[in-house]
Amino acid sequence: MSLGITLVSHVPEIANGLKKLLDQVAANVSITTAGGTNDDSIGTSMDRIMKAFADNQADEIMAFYDLGSAKMNLEMAIEMAGKPVHLYDTAFIEGAYTAASLIQAGVGRTEVEDQLKELVIKD
Amino acid sequence: MTLTVDTLTEWMNNFTAKIAANQQFLSDLDTPIGDGDHGFNMNRGMAAVSQKLAEKPASVTAAFKTIAMTLISTVGGASGPLYGTAFLEMAKKSSSTTDLSELLDAALAGIEKRGGAKPGDKTMVDVWTALIPDVKTGNLTAEKIASAVEATKEMVARRGRASYLGERSRGHVDPGSQSSGYLFEAMLETKGLL
Repeated sequence: MSLGITLVSHVPEIANGLKKLLDQVAANVSITTAGGTNDDSIGTSMDRIMKAFADNQADEIMAFYDLGSAKMNLEMAIEMAGKPVHLYDTAFIEGAYTAASLIQAGVGRTEVEDQLKELVIKD
Repeated sequence: MTLTVDTLTEWMNNFTAKIAANQQFLSDLDTPIGDGDHGFNMNRGMAAVSQKLAEKPASVTAAFKTIAMTLISTVGGASGPLYGTAFLEMAKKSSSTTDLSELLDAALAGIEKRGGAKPGDKTMVDVWTALIPDVKTGNLTAEKIASAVEATKEMVARRGRASYLGERSRGHVDPGSQSSGYLFEAMLETKGLL
C-alpha cells in the first residue's frame, strides 16, 4: 500500500510552498495540496480537499493542516473520501516534512506516526 | 412546532435577511478576535441558500440537505463546516421527526462534535445550549436571545481563531454566537414555526 501526503492550508501559497519544500526530500512521494477557498480567497474548501485526495497517486493518505477550520473541512472530506486518509494534529511544516522524508525512505505508516507524536501541537 | 418546507424556507429567508443587514457588524465583531470575515462569509453562504430554496425542495429532508451542502461549499471560514454540519444533522434527524426542538438537539450535537467546543468556550455552542431549552418549553424571546449572545462577551475563548488571543479575547462578543442569535431570532419571526 503506497502512502501519500495531502497539505491543507488557508492560503494556496502556503500549501504550494510547503509542497515545494517537501518535494526536495521526497521526490517519489505523491503530495497534493488544497489551499484557499473555491474562489482563491483565504480559507479552506471541502471541494478542494476532496480533489486533492482524488488527485493523490497513493492508496493511502496522511493529511496535514494549518488552522482549525482546515481541520473541520478535512474531517468532512475524509468522511466522504474513497480511500483511507489519516489526519495529524502536528505542527504543519514539521509534521509534513517528517512524514515526507520517512515515506521517501520507505518507512511504514505506524513508524511514521511514532515520529509524529512529539510534533502534536493541536487538538 | 413542526416544520414544513414552507416554514423552513421562511425561517431561512428571515435568517438570510438578518445576515445581509448585519454582515458588516458581524465582520466587525470578528476583527479584534478573529479574521474579520464572518459576516461576509455568512452573507455569501446564506444568499446562495435562499437562491437554492427558491427552487422549492421536495421535502424537509431535501431542503436541510441543500442548505447544508450549500453552506459547506460556499462559506469558506469555520462557520461553513459548523453551520453545514448543524443542517446536515437536522437533515438526518428529519427522516424520523419534524419536531423543531429535537432537530435542534441533533444540530447542536453535530456542532459540538465537529468543532470540539463545549459550553463556556466562547463559541456558537454557548448560544445554542442556552436557547434550545427555551424552544422546547415555548419560552424563546428576543430578550433571552440577546442575553445568550451577550453572555459570550466576558468568556475567554478556548476554541476557534479567538483562542489564539487567550485572555485578550475577553470583552468581545463572539461573532458565531451573534450570527446564531440571528438564526434564533429568525425562528421567532417565522409564523407557525415555534
